[in-house]
Amino acid sequence: MSKIILQEVLFLILLVGFSIPLGLFMYKVMSGEKVFLTRLLKPVENCFYRLMGIKAEEEMSAKKYAFSVIIFSMAGFLFLFLLLLLQGILPFNTEGMKGLSFDLAFNTTASFVTNTNWQAYSGESSLSYLSQFLGLTVQNFVSAGVGIAVLFALIRGFIIKEKKAIGNFWADVTRAVVYILLPLSLVVAVLLVSQGVVQNFSSYKEITALQDGAAQILPMGPAASQVAIKQLGTNGGGFFGMNSAYPFENPTSFSNLLQMLSILLIPAALLVSFGKAVKDKRQGRTLYAVMMILFVAALIFTTVSEQYTAPSYAGVSYSGNMEGKETIHGVGMSSLWAVVTTAASNGSVNAMHDSLTPLGGLMPLFLMQLGEIVFGGAGSGLYGILSFVLLAVFIAGLMVGRTPEYLGKKVEPYDMKMVCLLILVPPLVSLLGTGAAVLMPSVQGWLTNSGAHGFSEILYAFSSMGNNNGSAFGGFTANTPFTNITGGVIMLLARFIPLIAVIFLGGNMAGKKPVAASEGTLSTSNGMFAGLLIGVILIVTALSFLPALALGPVADYFTTR
Amino acid sequence: MKSSRGVLRPAIVCLLLMTALCGVLYTAAVTGIAGIFFPQKANGSIITVTLKDGSRKEYGSALIAQEFSDPKYLIGRPLGTSNLSPTSAEQKKLVEKRIEWWHNLDPDNKREIPSDLVTASASGVDPGISPDAAAYQAGRIARERGMTEDEVKEIIDKYTIRSFLGIFGEPAVNVLKVNLALDGLL
Repeated sequence: MSKIILQEVLFLILLVGFSIPLGLFMYKVMSGEKVFLTRLLKPVENCFYRLMGIKAEEEMSAKKYAFSVIIFSMAGFLFLFLLLLLQGILPFNTEGMKGLSFDLAFNTTASFVTNTNWQAYSGESSLSYLSQFLGLTVQNFVSAGVGIAVLFALIRGFIIKEKKAIGNFWADVTRAVVYILLPLSLVVAVLLVSQGVVQNFSSYKEITALQDGAAQILPMGPAASQVAIKQLGTNGGGFFGMNSAYPFENPTSFSNLLQMLSILLIPAALLVSFGKAVKDKRQGRTLYAVMMILFVAALIFTTVSEQYTAPSYAGVSYSGNMEGKETIHGVGMSSLWAVVTTAASNGSVNAMHDSLTPLGGLMPLFLMQLGEIVFGGAGSGLYGILSFVLLAVFIAGLMVGRTPEYLGKKVEPYDMKMVCLLILVPPLVSLLGTGAAVLMPSVQGWLTNSGAHGFSEILYAFSSMGNNNGSAFGGFTANTPFTNITGGVIMLLARFIPLIAVIFLGGNMAGKKPVAASEGTLSTSNGMFAGLLIGVILIVTALSFLPALALGPVADYFTTR
Repeated sequence: MKSSRGVLRPAIVCLLLMTALCGVLYTAAVTGIAGIFFPQKANGSIITVTLKDGSRKEYGSALIAQEFSDPKYLIGRPLGTSNLSPTSAEQKKLVEKRIEWWHNLDPDNKREIPSDLVTASASGVDPGISPDAAAYQAGRIARERGMTEDEVKEIIDKYTIRSFLGIFGEPAVNVLKVNLALDGLL
């Protein structure tokens, strides 16, 4: 156990250490300042603007910004959807994959456009290389880019004074992809190949096994390039069905560490960018501390559960719960990954979450249900927690009878309506989806486990899609027309309603006159506020999900102990 | 509508440019670099052995497990993924069956079985087992092959992968490589 604690502490130190310089870098990039890559990449950026026919300095209203996001996402949706349907007649298809069925193509497209990366398919048995690199890889980049862009639109809302403009979406998404995601991915991808993640366009390799001479098929493909951005962009969709548990996707303990850092790196760094952007580092630090407290609590809970609550057997030495875990990752790195991937809205796995202990599996589920705000998705994590900040400020304002304000801007009814959309849509669609699935007559046939754990499989699936995470209890049969269509719609609602609400929130904030802080202003950068914020987050989530959690993992724990 | 035209062109152009840059160029660049600097790793870490007659034979990937059940080989973890809850009745039955299997394979071995040998992995093709799980089998392999236990342990040790910096992750013994070495192929 002491080794596991050492691993986890060192991991967090590395994360914080890398996030600070990257955060400052990202702030500069997103505000159009010069960075060390400018000389190299400015021509690329300018070429983008010229061909798009836009001017980067031309600021947009919230309406125009939102409209641009929607049209851009729809274009991406259409392109990917057609690619998946038609892959059978397109090139780079060494294994002769057929086009996906309509409902599976819809689900997969929705999943990748929304940065969820829920996978109802298995890459190596359903997708051509073309679909992977030309379709999925690209959406991995741009969906993360959109998240970062929209976050900065909101941040500008707080810092702009009395102007109804929040930046240019095309410039934001271009900068996020070209300066941040692409260079980082290139470095990570090459490091991953050096560890043994495959990267080629060969056909699958047939091998004769040593013992019986039985044939073994080894899947191939351009995996490393996609795995790098799947982690950095908090996407999470595996190149192979078994995701980062599959050795071709995550072969060594170094690749494992690198991928875990990549998952949390950008969401953590954005907190630093935020502090810099609002010219008050304490604001960023407070949110960083809040996330870190929730993260560490979740980590301790999961690790202890995995290490100590597995069943023991006579004649077997006890070493925690190794079911569904790889030898090289062990209990420690598997527990850490499970928390990392669900705290961020990543959803890649290096262990089978279905085979976590009941309480060990409760925490990843709960982290998703928090709304992906403990670091969360690239961009979406920070705008998610900012909505909780406004809610906390609002509640505190009600208690003392003052108009609440945040970062010098008054929080008014319009803003709170946007906050409600942000906070309430994900739990609503998660629970409605779970409820609908439970009512399906055929639902028993979709489950691997029975009883309370079976219910957890359903709850996990819809919480994952309803919060744009994408991880799964693997025993749940995802590829059914019902889950594909319902899940696809849920993912789209859970992504785009909050996203649009954020843009309008930013637009409304931008138009306001800043108010000077007075003695009566609630400080949002001290311990008391951090405590209030954690309280608000936990209460909202508990009110939404406790009944469902009681029927799932909690009941599972008490009935199988 | 004027505003939709103002958005449609950048949307389509942006998507096409992103597809060219992140889909085509980036993937090609990574593939190129991988092919130049890490050709063996980029192509699946295939173990190629030069046989005595000079011909070369591929024996599988160092990263993907093969099935071994013969007592003269080091035996890996159960293949396939269960997705079962570790506390479920189905899982209990499975584990008990595996315990019995190990006891039948080597009835005189009264040591405790390391838990990774009776649980399924995440990938279903875990190429490694814990050093304990390998040590547990060393006596049996030595007996089956007429080697000393120390010779077997030496081979096991040679193909044990340490964790990163000795801190992150766990050490693991590569089952396929050990078996190739036991057969004198590696």
